[in-house]
Amino acid sequence: MEHMPSALPDGEPVPADGALPASALAGAADRPLGFYLHVPYCATRCGYCDFNTYTATELRGSGGVLASRDNYAETLVDEVRLARKVLGDDPREVRTVFVGGGTPTLLAADDLVRMLGAIREEFGLAADAEVTTEANPESVDPAYLEVLREGGFNRISFGMQSARQHVLKVLDRTHTPGRPERCVAEARAAGFDHVNLDLIYGTPGESDDDWRASLDAAIGAGPDHVSAYALIVEEGTRLARRIRRGEVPMTDDDVHADRYLITEEMLSAAGFDWYEVSNWATSEAGRCLHNELYWRGADWWGAGPGAHSHVGGVRWWNVKHPGAYAAALAEGRSPGAGREVLSEEDRRVERILLELRLSEGVPLSLLRAEGLAAAGRALTDGLLQRGPYEEGRAALTLRGRLLADAVVRDLVD
Amino acid sequence: MPAIPSHVPEPSRTDPALIRNFCIIAHIDHGKSTLADRMLQLTGVVEQRQMRAQYLDRMDIERERGITIKSQAVRLPWAPTHDEGNTHILNMIDTPGHVDFTYEVSRSLAACEGTVLLVDAAQGIEAQTLANLYLAMENDLTIIPVLNKIDLPAAQPEKFAEELANLVGCDPDDVLKVSAKTGLGVEALLDRVVAEIPAPVGVKDAPARAMIFDSVYDSYRGVVTYVRVIDGQLNKRERIRMMSTGATHELLEIGTNSPEMLPADGLGVGEVGYLITGVKDVRQSKVGDTVTSQHKGAEEALGGYKDPKPMVFSGLYPLDGSDYPELREALDKLQLNDAALVYEPETSAALGFGFRVGFLGLLHLDVIRERLEREFGLDLIATAPNVVYRVLMEDGTEHTVTNPSEFPEGKISEVYEPVVRATILAPSEFIGSIMELCQTRRGVLLGMDYLSEDRVEIRYTLPLAEIVFDFFDQLKSKTRGYASLDYEPTGEQTSSLVKVDILLHGDKVDAFSAITHKDAAYAYGVRLVAKLRELIPRQAFEVPIQAAIGSRVIARETIRAIRKDVLAKCYGGDISRKRKLLEKQKEGKKRMKMVGSVEVPQEAFIAVLSSDESAGSGKGKK
Repeated sequence: MEHMPSALPDGEPVPADGALPASALAGAADRPLGFYLHVPYCATRCGYCDFNTYTATELRGSGGVLASRDNYAETLVDEVRLARKVLGDDPREVRTVFVGGGTPTLLAADDLVRMLGAIREEFGLAADAEVTTEANPESVDPAYLEVLREGGFNRISFGMQSARQHVLKVLDRTHTPGRPERCVAEARAAGFDHVNLDLIYGTPGESDDDWRASLDAAIGAGPDHVSAYALIVEEGTRLARRIRRGEVPMTDDDVHADRYLITEEMLSAAGFDWYEVSNWATSEAGRCLHNELYWRGADWWGAGPGAHSHVGGVRWWNVKHPGAYAAALAEGRSPGAGREVLSEEDRRVERILLELRLSEGVPLSLLRAEGLAAAGRALTDGLLQRGPYEEGRAALTLRGRLLADAVVRDLVD
Repeated sequence: MPAIPSHVPEPSRTDPALIRNFCIIAHIDHGKSTLADRMLQLTGVVEQRQMRAQYLDRMDIERERGITIKSQAVRLPWAPTHDEGNTHILNMIDTPGHVDFTYEVSRSLAACEGTVLLVDAAQGIEAQTLANLYLAMENDLTIIPVLNKIDLPAAQPEKFAEELANLVGCDPDDVLKVSAKTGLGVEALLDRVVAEIPAPVGVKDAPARAMIFDSVYDSYRGVVTYVRVIDGQLNKRERIRMMSTGATHELLEIGTNSPEMLPADGLGVGEVGYLITGVKDVRQSKVGDTVTSQHKGAEEALGGYKDPKPMVFSGLYPLDGSDYPELREALDKLQLNDAALVYEPETSAALGFGFRVGFLGLLHLDVIRERLEREFGLDLIATAPNVVYRVLMEDGTEHTVTNPSEFPEGKISEVYEPVVRATILAPSEFIGSIMELCQTRRGVLLGMDYLSEDRVEIRYTLPLAEIVFDFFDQLKSKTRGYASLDYEPTGEQTSSLVKVDILLHGDKVDAFSAITHKDAAYAYGVRLVAKLRELIPRQAFEVPIQAAIGSRVIARETIRAIRKDVLAKCYGGDISRKRKLLEKQKEGKKRMKMVGSVEVPQEAFIAVLSSDESAGSGKGKK
């Protein structure tokens, strides 16, 4: 599940042609390059969602430029072409493509294939490239999946969330229990190598047993990857309002901790290994490589309204509204709304912040004296694993995973 | 409005028989400043267009809170209505109106021969006014009772005239009725001042003796000292001597206020005015001290001088430790203008570097803290105010404790605490609740008198420690705001007092230590421990919070260890947001104080130290 928050950070402006500072491209050949393609449309907005997504089918930008679901693929292809210009003679083939939303499968399967085609044309896809799309269990059928598979998609991620009707209802999810599991079978039949199920725990009203049932159902469906996220109640969402009004209870952090432990226990019993705080896979090959690009500070171009990109220490983000986004591209301008060029220290902090979430952990060589002392304490407190520590890495224990942010705060000192 | 008098006697050449020195005793909000404004206008010293409300109150805080902290003296020429050719000089000395400044009030009163007792016709006399009235009576001042605000619909002039008449011992018809707001009756009042208040009497040819009744620091002119000449004459450019210290200074300027400073040749018997010597610190020009000439000066000082003695102490710490030098500088500056303010550096394991500051009382504390925050832009944590204890050990040694954390361990034979004589005035319907409150504060009833049919004066002996916290707030809430309070220190008593310590994860938190009566210790411990449990966030480990007397634990709570502190998701590649969140959390962590291994938010200290309901012999503003 890709998350596109509603508020953009502050930053410096992006030049009209989208040009990057020379520093961003230095040494690029040694880093993998990925593409994230954002589809900002949903049939309905879920109560917990604060992502950049729109339920209208047509949105108009300045100058009367029409951004609609129907011409969206066309618009996005324009940004892929812009990316080609900005990256110039960067020789890299693309290692991962990830289509997220919103609901990508609200677009015709041909549209998704067309967007992927533009990347193939402009950059070339690596032979072992991972190509994923998110999918809503309601909006796909075997024919749709077949078109995707034939078009080059080899990984699919279904938003299952829960196997319990009453939980799905609180989340405003419209699919019926059982449908996501059948989607897995259909995707396997269509020839997808890798299938993920997204789950959410800690929804108001969910019990430990509800959560066990969801995990059971997910495991039973046979995906090779499971993402399990604690429900975060974001300010400004309908769910936040309902909780404030006392219509549904707020889930306690201790309950989240319990559910996480249940998750780890059941998934590892079923042959899944965690490789990132919220992600489990049945094998190395089952890991989501695209997701790992984020955690490892690799390069990726995020195309689409509100999408975030990172190339060589430069982070930038696009305008949020699909109308404004389409208008910029129609005028040949970069849709970038702002960017920041990271300092050495920013990059060090980010590496600790991001890599600590991975099972491999973060090299102790990144830490300063205070951070090292903190790592020593975290080891004693049972938050870091001894084996990796002795080999020069800070890697979280199960308890450490639940307290990862606290550990990061100490390690960056 | 009468004509401005023409032949106005000049300073240093004014016949004492024409001088009237008086002050106004009034409660906050009873209209003293408005009355003073009206007098300035009527006597023509301030022109109408220059008039701003409450001309004499200088500081913003005074203006805002409607109280006068620093007094001043204004020279007003007044030709009585039936004797217009005979211009008199009225020196109006504006007294501080609060309980903490009793000594300064007593010096202002000592500079006068009479006083205007000003009381709100809708409210009647208040406790502090009564206390100051008694002080005036002890000083043999002539008292002119006046009811103000008679234009208010709620005014009950007959009822309160009766009350004043009983207190002063006059006929209710002798109580003047004025409205300072409209000016009604103010001329008659000025005439009464001339007619009734005696002229000052002094020895013209004796060595000069002038009493300091106020001393104010001005950043341009240095210390401005206000004096009343008793005997002899002070002249410009002579050298003067402070009799308490023997220090001599050159008189750079001498003059009177009308109301701005106006230099003069000198000041003679009975006159009131200011001196400037160039000193920079009011402690070199102390209220109550006697000023004389260096050459052929007086041998004997005037009576009544006292060094100000701090009664209430509080630790002041900057929220941001790096502001410590600014706090020191600010205190230094305030001390220039406040001889009663004392402080010394103090280190708290929990709060870092700060100062233990001594105050005359609670208002003094409040005013100083507010000025530090407002005028100097400091964010402060103030520890719960405490009094000074004298602890006698079985081995015969004695300790003076101004900070609860310094309360000695070991075998204690006696603990002495300061006591006050408190006077409470209130409508009689509240007698029950007032007595109940005083009883729970270890009060001993001294007596009770009816001021009028439905208003009583209740007198108690109370430990000062019991009123330095929330007593006044409690009193106000139990009497729907009608009660007023005054107190004066009367000595000390032995009591069964214990120190209650608060331990976080086994470490004593000095800022939370308190000295309480042994009967109140348990309640204090339970309440504070429960409060801390709410305020301190969960930590990586379980944190026990204990209240203990010595090694005996009297209350305990536990903060459970935090189990989850991780964001599940990555916000769609918006790593900037994640990094900024981390930066914000780091900032939050910086605002935490480490107590041993426990992170305690500043807010917890502030909430515990300043909240009203937090503790028995407890805590709280006012």
